[in-house]
Amino acid sequence: MRTEVKLSGFGGQGIILGGYIVGKAATIYSDMHAAMIQSYGPEARGGACSSEVVIEDREISYPSVEKPDIFVLMSQEAYELSKPLIKEETKVLVDEDLVKLDEGQIGHISAIPSLKFAEDLGRKIVANIVMLGFFTSVTELFTKDAMKEAVLSTVPEHTRELNEKAFEKGYDHGLQLKKGRNAE
Amino acid sequence: MTRPRVLTGTHFMHGDFAVAEGGLAAGCKFFAGYPITPATEVAERMAARLPEIGGVYIQMEDELGSMAAILGASCAGVRSMTSTSGPGFSLMQENIGLGAVLEVPCVVVDVQRGGPSTGLPTSVSQQDMMQAKWGSHGDYPIVAYSPASPQECFDIAIKAFNTAEKYRTPVLVMSDEVVGHMTERVTIPEESAIKIVDRKLYEGDPDKYLPYRPDEDLIPPMALAGDGCKVHMTGLIHDEGGRPSLTPETEDILVGRLLDKVVKHAEAIMEYEEIGTEDADVIVVAYGITGRIANRAVELARKEGIKAGLVRLITVWPFPVDYIRKLSENVKTILVPEINYGQIVLEVERVVGGRATVEQVTYVPGTLPDPDSMLKRIREAVK
Repeated sequence: MRTEVKLSGFGGQGIILGGYIVGKAATIYSDMHAAMIQSYGPEARGGACSSEVVIEDREISYPSVEKPDIFVLMSQEAYELSKPLIKEETKVLVDEDLVKLDEGQIGHISAIPSLKFAEDLGRKIVANIVMLGFFTSVTELFTKDAMKEAVLSTVPEHTRELNEKAFEKGYDHGLQLKKGRNAE
Repeated sequence: MTRPRVLTGTHFMHGDFAVAEGGLAAGCKFFAGYPITPATEVAERMAARLPEIGGVYIQMEDELGSMAAILGASCAGVRSMTSTSGPGFSLMQENIGLGAVLEVPCVVVDVQRGGPSTGLPTSVSQQDMMQAKWGSHGDYPIVAYSPASPQECFDIAIKAFNTAEKYRTPVLVMSDEVVGHMTERVTIPEESAIKIVDRKLYEGDPDKYLPYRPDEDLIPPMALAGDGCKVHMTGLIHDEGGRPSLTPETEDILVGRLLDKVVKHAEAIMEYEEIGTEDADVIVVAYGITGRIANRAVELARKEGIKAGLVRLITVWPFPVDYIRKLSENVKTILVPEINYGQIVLEVERVVGGRATVEQVTYVPGTLPDPDSMLKRIREAVK
């Protein structure tokens, strides 16, 4: 079983850190294999930025993401660039304030105001962690504990409480979204 | 926060960090380097870690100075390392040759990027594999490893140090942009489980020391700078006393021994992984990231009923001449995929000498080979 995850946004949003935490949740806290490749060019600062994580239940031969199963999109540019790769079965997680989707966009779309939630918590820098909480409940790729441990073991000690709140906020939003879907 | 020298445990670690951690686990206490993409993270990690364990990190003025500095530190008995990529690797060549002729143990990591010249700074290649062997002028021995994962970056850094120390020679770790910039699980064992090999030191009468008189194993015992022995080191062709002796006879004695030193111990140095080679009609010979991807291509071919095998070279130099030659006697085709325009395939062709068909599989630098295209070549090879 192979799952390809691609996180995209712009430099400074913690996109690389997000990919690192997803990979860590897989390899250290879930007994799976993961390989992360970060792409950057001279334009990385402030420009388009993405990280790719391949997750498998066996050793990974080919570490590159070709057809992402899961997209995490944190900027309009990231969405525009990713659009051609979004298929009916692709899971697409977007920040609803940062990304305006085309009408009738195919794929399993899940939206969250991650940046707004982060601002409500006092630091917009944790928007990526809100998104990772959301990622956890929406994709069910790992257990909540695995992802939370990966987050808390990565962030600086003095920001743990804030990051935990951010993670929970995103996680709960994903749960509610799923509840709503089930009720439909 | 001060971390221990050996970071025992399981990590989700960057390949460049892993090669640095492997160096530290092998006892590296000195790193001199100059940052260059995609090797910068090796230097960055060393700059953060060496001061924590009482080592020294120096950012040099360039790669010529970096290479000279690690040779100097090693002559004083300190395990030393540097890292670079294409353009910097070119600049290091002269002093790599000096290290070979002075028989100074050291480790050089080349995280290969697309070339020539400034080339493709942020993307992958395997274009320095022949430079690894022939990059410095004159004939000299070299050992070059090629890691395929962050875990192997860690493991190989330790082996590279042990080989450098044991045989008194510079050792190269030929990584690449994908392996170097990839983050994966890296398991670091307990410190006590890591095997460290030390260089052979001179223990006799200091007045009778001849710095280049070899033992039977062709390796001369080393006296460290400041330990009381008189040592003269020169890049000129030198006799057993280390004095210049500019004759063809001394050239033959010295250079002949240097080359024989690696040939004599080649079996002990060489490492490769074999998968499904016993009954194979077609064998892929690959190394580094390409070897890892070939693994999947061979597996897919086997599922289709094709008798395919893989030889993944872990050391590329010295080249496993006898092994590949023997292999070629029982196989129809040997495929050599590389991210360059044909380098190690030349060595395979030379060694195989027409016993089997050798096919070059070219991947253009900047692209990561995909298993499907390799599978296609395997299918065509058995048609």
